[in-house]
Amino acid sequence: MSDRTTTRAARRAPLRASSVGWGVTGVLAVIVLWELYKYLGPEEGVTVGDTDEAGSGQIILPRTHDRAMPHVWAMVTRLFEPTSGGDSPLLIVSVATAAAVTLGIAAVGWLLGVTVGLGLSLVMQRWRLLEWGLLPWIVVSQTVPLIALAPVINAIGNQIDRSGTPWPQWLSVAVIASYLAFFPVAVGALRGLQSPDRIHLDLMRTYGAGYWPTLVRLRLPAAVPHLLPALRLAAANAVLGVVVAEVSIGMRGGLGRMLIQLAGQGSSDPAAPWGPIFGAVVLGLIAAGSVALIGVGLKDYRRGEATS
Amino acid sequence: MTSALPAAVKATGVDKVFTGSRGEVVALTGVDLEVAAGEFVSLIGPSGCGKSTLLRLIADLETTSAGHLEIFGKSASQARQDQDYGIAFQQAGLLPWRTVRDNIGLPLQLRGQDRRRRADRVSELTALVGLEEFVDHYPDQLSGGMQQRVAIARALASEPRLLLMDEPFGALDEMTREYLQSELTRIAAETKAAVVFVTHSIPEAVFLSDRVVVMSPRPGRITDVVTVGLDGQRDEALRESPAYFERVTAVREALHGTQVDRPNER
Repeated sequence: MSDRTTTRAARRAPLRASSVGWGVTGVLAVIVLWELYKYLGPEEGVTVGDTDEAGSGQIILPRTHDRAMPHVWAMVTRLFEPTSGGDSPLLIVSVATAAAVTLGIAAVGWLLGVTVGLGLSLVMQRWRLLEWGLLPWIVVSQTVPLIALAPVINAIGNQIDRSGTPWPQWLSVAVIASYLAFFPVAVGALRGLQSPDRIHLDLMRTYGAGYWPTLVRLRLPAAVPHLLPALRLAAANAVLGVVVAEVSIGMRGGLGRMLIQLAGQGSSDPAAPWGPIFGAVVLGLIAAGSVALIGVGLKDYRRGEATS
Repeated sequence: MTSALPAAVKATGVDKVFTGSRGEVVALTGVDLEVAAGEFVSLIGPSGCGKSTLLRLIADLETTSAGHLEIFGKSASQARQDQDYGIAFQQAGLLPWRTVRDNIGLPLQLRGQDRRRRADRVSELTALVGLEEFVDHYPDQLSGGMQQRVAIARALASEPRLLLMDEPFGALDEMTREYLQSELTRIAAETKAAVVFVTHSIPEAVFLSDRVVVMSPRPGRITDVVTVGLDGQRDEALRESPAYFERVTAVREALHGTQVDRPNER
């Protein structure tokens, strides 16, 4: 028995090393493609059907001059220059500060979304009728464009503010993020809670176990393999939601607002907007990585994946 | 002499009708069966004869459509809630995230038994099924036969006086199967539990049982009961004995409904 266990562990180790290798290769490939096109592509791009009028026709290949496509190294060195000239802090410091704000709000949004999603999945599993009634609406909810929804939620928040309780703007942003985050959790957890085999449910019944013991000892542990990817997706969605919401309701301090501001100055400082973009990418990785840590603590609950 | 103890299972005129989208299907009709305390009874018959359904009725996983069913003098539902029986299926059905120890202890944990008494009982049971070295292993680290032994230990956890088994060795290879059959007769003798054992293997039914209940389909009913009456130790020598072959033939004839007139087959 122990032989099998060790060989399986041994097989997993080089797998992890090679997956890191593939990850690095992927990033390098993107950089090479970017620089290759910048080198080979025409300066003003390729436009079809244009007349002498400026801005006419369809651009089918993008422009490659430095204002449109800065060099990768320009983006990186820009990170270590002052944000807006003079004595202002380095761009990377500003990005990190803004990213911390965004991450904090995303964490709150994630927690809200996970709570709501789990709650929904539990009632949908418990009462079939609620599953039929709720699930279509949950799916439809995700087709509402966030850009349209964000100001509405912000306005509702301001109404609450008026009646006495303070409602900070960041809370609106967190609520909007949770709107994106709850969806994968609700759907994933529902599938997980419904995943136990007939035989396991029969066994619990023969032990005289009612709803709650069955939930705690069987359904929740069985839901873990479905829940972990859902939580990871929710984390990525929460970050995305916060960035979009910051832009949409004009909240200062986070990555979204910073991105818009720097993009506005893009023609004079083309490498600068890439700072917050890299920041958002790193943020997504941090968010997904933190959730992966939860998975490490729950690894025994993922054993089902190996056997069946 | 058995009048003092209530029968482990007492079924009188039990019917089971499933109502599906295509109308009603009669799964069992007019089943009368009594299993005495400590008796080993096999249910045998072709697919669709309702042998598994009868077992599920006894386990209160289904409810009877008509007739009367008592487990140790109680209703099936009461017997289930009191954990009066242990059950094992064709699949081991272990929880993959629990070790052997925690799988066997699950029924006790759900009963609210404290940790120390549970640990004592689990070590007794692992000794009984010969898995002491594997208590900390996970199900995916065990062979099919070992998983099934864990399932049997789990079925015995709450010291039931009745053991219900639905083709528990059906998915195992012949070697493991014969080994576990011998083990099961030993365990049943040690625990003095009554056993209701569903199988479609004639030799298995004869080897294990005091009585073999022969069932037939459309509609599912009991057509014959063969008393095996091979007393004493069930061991490998028994499998070679003429008495054993004679009982196998008797069950086969009962299954086919007529005298089997093919001497070559014997």
